[in-house]
Amino acid sequence: MDKLGQLVKSLGLISGLLSLSLFISLSLAQNPELKIGFVGVTSGPAAAWGTSNLRSMETRAAWLNELGGVDIGGTTYDIKIVSFDDQKDPKRAIAGMEKMAAEGIHYVVGPNVDDGAAAVRPVAEANGIMYFPYAFPKELYTMPASNAVLGMVANYQSGPAIYEYLMENKGVETVAFVAANESDPLSQRDSGVAAAEALGLTVLASKDTYQNDTRDFTPVLTPIVKLQPDLLVLSGVAPGNAPLLIRAARELGYTGLISTETAQDAQVLMEGAGDLANGFISVGGASTPEIRSEVMEEFIQRYTDMFGEYNDESNTKVYALEYILETLKANPAALDDVEEFKATMDTFSVPNIYMKGDAVLEFVGMTSFGQKRQIAVPLVVNEYQNGEFVTLFVAKVD
Amino acid sequence: MIQVLANGLYLGGQYALIALGLTLIFALMNVLNFAHGQMYVLGGFITYTVYGRLGLPFIVALLASAITLALLGAAIERFLFRPVIRRSFREESTMLLAAAIAFFLDAIILLLFGEKQRGVPKIINGVLNLNFQLVMPYDRILIGVVAIILILAFILYMQRSKTGRALRALAQDRVAAQLMGVQVDRYSMIGFAIGAMLAGIVGGLLVSITGVSSGIGGPISIKAFMMVMIGGAGVISGAIAGGFILGMLESVGLSVLHSYGDITYLVIFASLMVFLSIRPQGLMGKPWG
Repeated sequence: MDKLGQLVKSLGLISGLLSLSLFISLSLAQNPELKIGFVGVTSGPAAAWGTSNLRSMETRAAWLNELGGVDIGGTTYDIKIVSFDDQKDPKRAIAGMEKMAAEGIHYVVGPNVDDGAAAVRPVAEANGIMYFPYAFPKELYTMPASNAVLGMVANYQSGPAIYEYLMENKGVETVAFVAANESDPLSQRDSGVAAAEALGLTVLASKDTYQNDTRDFTPVLTPIVKLQPDLLVLSGVAPGNAPLLIRAARELGYTGLISTETAQDAQVLMEGAGDLANGFISVGGASTPEIRSEVMEEFIQRYTDMFGEYNDESNTKVYALEYILETLKANPAALDDVEEFKATMDTFSVPNIYMKGDAVLEFVGMTSFGQKRQIAVPLVVNEYQNGEFVTLFVAKVD
Repeated sequence: MIQVLANGLYLGGQYALIALGLTLIFALMNVLNFAHGQMYVLGGFITYTVYGRLGLPFIVALLASAITLALLGAAIERFLFRPVIRRSFREESTMLLAAAIAFFLDAIILLLFGEKQRGVPKIINGVLNLNFQLVMPYDRILIGVVAIILILAFILYMQRSKTGRALRALAQDRVAAQLMGVQVDRYSMIGFAIGAMLAGIVGGLLVSITGVSSGIGGPISIKAFMMVMIGGAGVISGAIAGGFILGMLESVGLSVLHSYGDITYLVIFASLMVFLSIRPQGLMGKPWG
């Protein structure tokens, strides 16, 4: 009986030691997680916008985790992306932001559209969340608002630069605008019209709209093409609609320039409009072949390996997560306190690993918003030519 | 004005073809197939894959879309709608099932084909240009003609073939048709398969003009419902008329009203509401026969 007791004791001791060593080794092997949220549209007609966001984040997170994690304040974290599809519905965007708050997340990328970004503001502010929308309303970024950081270049920043370039280099004098009948494109159209008029361009059409689910744009563009403007602006056009609009305009005999102030995808343009898309001007990703670094090349390769196909919109959308992590590295106290994050934003500056040369990551926006509530991605204006984007010019916001 | 009318006719042909399958299924089974748009999208993606990616002839791609959607439609009727209709006496059960299928197909399509808009090379190059009075690319003309041929072929099939007559009998009076020896289950499945096949064919046809992307199924279903409501639910000629009316309204509205701002669709929807309040059964209101 004694022997049996001793055996049980020994087994208990051994199993205890084994459990302890397993626990210790697991603890040593696994880094604590740093959760970063994404609330945006990954289904429905606008899925491309949010999907490129989310996939950019997942690609970069997997890459960083593979390298061993991210060191913030002496602790190495694995990055975990927590996502929520808001289906481009403001009510769902609020639910998504509430989910992020419930999970204790302080940094969220998205939403992708104006009404969603406006809707989540109270939830973000009440729960100490910094969020990075891809939406342009200035009130999100100007005082008293302070939790939103614009994740790209706004159309009222890129539009004047494009029009000015085209006036000087292509002799553009007249312009017509067409937009989807939704809040984002309409507000982008209105600010585009104001910018064009301020520059002295003659606006031939500014009220033409289409339903975002339109599949055939010939009736929409027939009256506009008759006006033969020098420049046709597709305000806030979704990547899926751009080739259809371009194709319809060209097939109707339009020979002028076509531009937009949103990011597009070269593959989508090639499949949807072919050579008819040649010359189409868009505000592209922040890293065209001419200016992107080897890190950006690797990011594109990893993205392609993970998801089968790269999306050119990710040239811009790769940045938000990088800004969050680098700012947290600069001030680890911001991990749980977004006020610390805000304080760091004013002086934050680190090298931009995605671009050649001495570009830096820094927060900008003083000119447009009176405070630094925008990430500094280069304003790269592209021209589509035979399946790829060619850089027309690069400018800087602020 | 010639251009506006041509645009309207072309759009109308597209729309009518989309609405045909929806109204056929409604006529046969009293089912509002909310997944009709998703079936259209699936047809588009199959054509995109076979023609655009694999490089096989367009007609082969179109056949692949038609056959796949016909099989899918038959399976959906056999394994989903039939048991639900048999067990449930509430009409909303089939509506919920249709909505669930729509969401399911949306998710599957997004998973399989990704989030990007897809397109294929033009099947014919060149544009008919009559001094800018009428500008119409040849591929649109071809698709328009094919759409009209398909509509006529469908009407002939429904009028002259044994299956067509059985389907019409089912639509007129299900019990009487059964008493006359029509195999209700068999022809319901055939009817659903034909409806789904039409959605697949039109999706495949239009991928060469308008491309296809996941997520457009819902809006296409809504437009198809509008056409069916205008023409009269369950009436084949009504769906055709509804398609052409909606196409013409869009074309004329976008040309005439464009200078007044964002009101074309407002006017269309307001007109539809007034029209339905006066004639809720639509233009050709009764089940056909």
